[in-house]
Amino acid sequence: LKRVADLPPRLLQDLLAGPGLRVRTGPVVMSIRSSVPEVISGVALLYAEHPCAADDEMADFHVGVSRTGGWRRWVGSQVSFVLDGTRPFNALPGNQGFPLLEWGMNWCISGLAPQYLTLHAAVLERHGRALLLPAPSGSGKSTLCAALMNRGWRLLSDELAVVDPSTAKVLPIPRPVSLKNASIGLIRQFAPDTVFGRTVTETLKGDVAHIKPPAEAVRRADEAASPGWVVIPRFERGAPAQLSPMGKCDALMRLIENAFNYNIHGRAGFEALARIVESSNCHVLTYDALDDGVQCLERLSAGACATAHEV
Amino acid sequence: MQDLVVHVLSDPAYVLKLRSGDWELLLRQARHAALMGRVASIVARSNAMDDAPETAQRHLKGALVLAEAHRREAMREVAYLREALCGNGCPIVLLKGAAYAAASLPPAEGRTFSDTDILVPRSALAAVESRLAQKGWASTHLDPYDQRYYREWMHELPPMEHIRRRTVVDVHHNIAPPVSRLKIDAGLLIDNACAVPSMPGVSVLAPEDMVLHAMVHLFQNEDTSRALRDLSDIDLLLRHFASKGSFWSALIQRAQELHLSRVLHYGLRFAHEVFSTPIDAKTLELAGRAAAPWPLDGWMHRLWRHALSSQHPDVMTPQAHTALVLLFLRGHWLRMPPPMLARHLLHKGLVHWRDRNKAA
Repeated sequence: LKRVADLPPRLLQDLLAGPGLRVRTGPVVMSIRSSVPEVISGVALLYAEHPCAADDEMADFHVGVSRTGGWRRWVGSQVSFVLDGTRPFNALPGNQGFPLLEWGMNWCISGLAPQYLTLHAAVLERHGRALLLPAPSGSGKSTLCAALMNRGWRLLSDELAVVDPSTAKVLPIPRPVSLKNASIGLIRQFAPDTVFGRTVTETLKGDVAHIKPPAEAVRRADEAASPGWVVIPRFERGAPAQLSPMGKCDALMRLIENAFNYNIHGRAGFEALARIVESSNCHVLTYDALDDGVQCLERLSAGACATAHEV
Repeated sequence: MQDLVVHVLSDPAYVLKLRSGDWELLLRQARHAALMGRVASIVARSNAMDDAPETAQRHLKGALVLAEAHRREAMREVAYLREALCGNGCPIVLLKGAAYAAASLPPAEGRTFSDTDILVPRSALAAVESRLAQKGWASTHLDPYDQRYYREWMHELPPMEHIRRRTVVDVHHNIAPPVSRLKIDAGLLIDNACAVPSMPGVSVLAPEDMVLHAMVHLFQNEDTSRALRDLSDIDLLLRHFASKGSFWSALIQRAQELHLSRVLHYGLRFAHEVFSTPIDAKTLELAGRAAAPWPLDGWMHRLWRHALSSQHPDVMTPQAHTALVLLFLRGHWLRMPPPMLARHLLHKGLVHWRDRNKAA
């Protein structure tokens, strides 16, 4: 299959401007359209390793980012996310096209794919087991995720755990990882080889930059992973890095709290999440220094974390 | 570009004739028209699921999961409402989605529900509101203008939201705003309502009234984005109730009693044209006597035919966009007398402008 990087730049631009660039990310094919320069360059850089979908493959979502027309264009340009002709969100300032595309695609998967049970969580894999870091935005899960990626963990997603309710396995949906504010500098230091997209300032979430997912994670996007660890990340200034075991019921409640569509799956949803906590080591990770937090998780994955024991 | 979703709804066997390339467009149109669940149930019933590409199957099966969750939640809300109201001597009439689900009618299948709509006598409004408040439903739209808008001009209380479950109930005392062109005696609807056997205290509208309400909802609405879904509900109700021999004549007569003959004309004509609902020529002719005079009837026909599509970008022409704007204006025009409308739009415009500037 062709990768986005294999397309001549002219063709990439024509696809984005015209019929849509069909990119496969794990189980989902996105048909992306945009003529906004920041979006085109963002897609070209950060989706370079992603496979283009075959011609006869159907797209799950037809998304795009377009400049809003009308009088607005004379006083300060704005961009809108478009899902198949509808504009589900308010327009944003014109420089935010690429983050808007990413947020919009997250919204499609978390809200418009009831075939999956979706959780707000970063997911990585090591030794064939998935580590789930369920947490709301701003709790540092993307930062941890970017750091672990750099230490050889396979990225499944920095934002969305896509669970197949019938198997309780997590389906990878490797896409650019979103970093905010201080995390951007932190990861530049921690992992100097990371490929960063443009930093977009003054968004609702502050400064935002996306980093390119590792080629291996993208290549192995069809390998689902069975959960092995559920860790609730808790960033606390000045706290020594520490993993504390958490009861299975607590862990289950945390998964439910961070689920986007738990309610619609009824009993099957409960059983899938129960299977996840049953087969996982569940902990709370308190940390301040990123390096120490990462080391705790490394020890956990090696089965050697001093404080880890089954509850 | 064809409106595949219309083909599939009017002829379920059509799903067996779809080529693999058609599924993507079908699903896009179905999602756009809020008909994904209905298409999914047609595909499942026609045993065509295996013919669909894997991606389409996943979305269709997901839509069935979602529709079932909505049905379950709607029934749970009805149970809560019964507990809050019916035990205290306030019987309720369910409307729209909740009614279809409670009475196990065909439109409930594969349908998604938003708010729960109930109808109570106007004289019972205060008691119903205070009982709901005691059980955790709180009024929304607390702005004094909005409160007045609902309480004085509309046919419903401001939506009430449950503080824990975040579910919303719309308490109606009529099926059209009292200030609108339609003057409906809601007492007639409540008197004729049919009890739901498994739910003491809960009724649904009688078949003819249910159909007429669905038509009022569709053709008096300024928001036409769900028009095709609403017409599909009407199509399914008509096909279901038609098995009772006297249904068509009763429907015509009831429309006259409720002064809804023109709405009935639109409903029957468009269901027949768009979804090929089997309606005999005599009924269509009788209903057609209430048509608007020439040339208005022709204009309305053209406007509504544009709105009664999936409205997916691929099927939208410039004329169709214009039609939606005109129907939007018409909906407002019907909703209240012009001076009141002018005031309302001015107020809403100012609020919108103020909020925008606040946000900026």
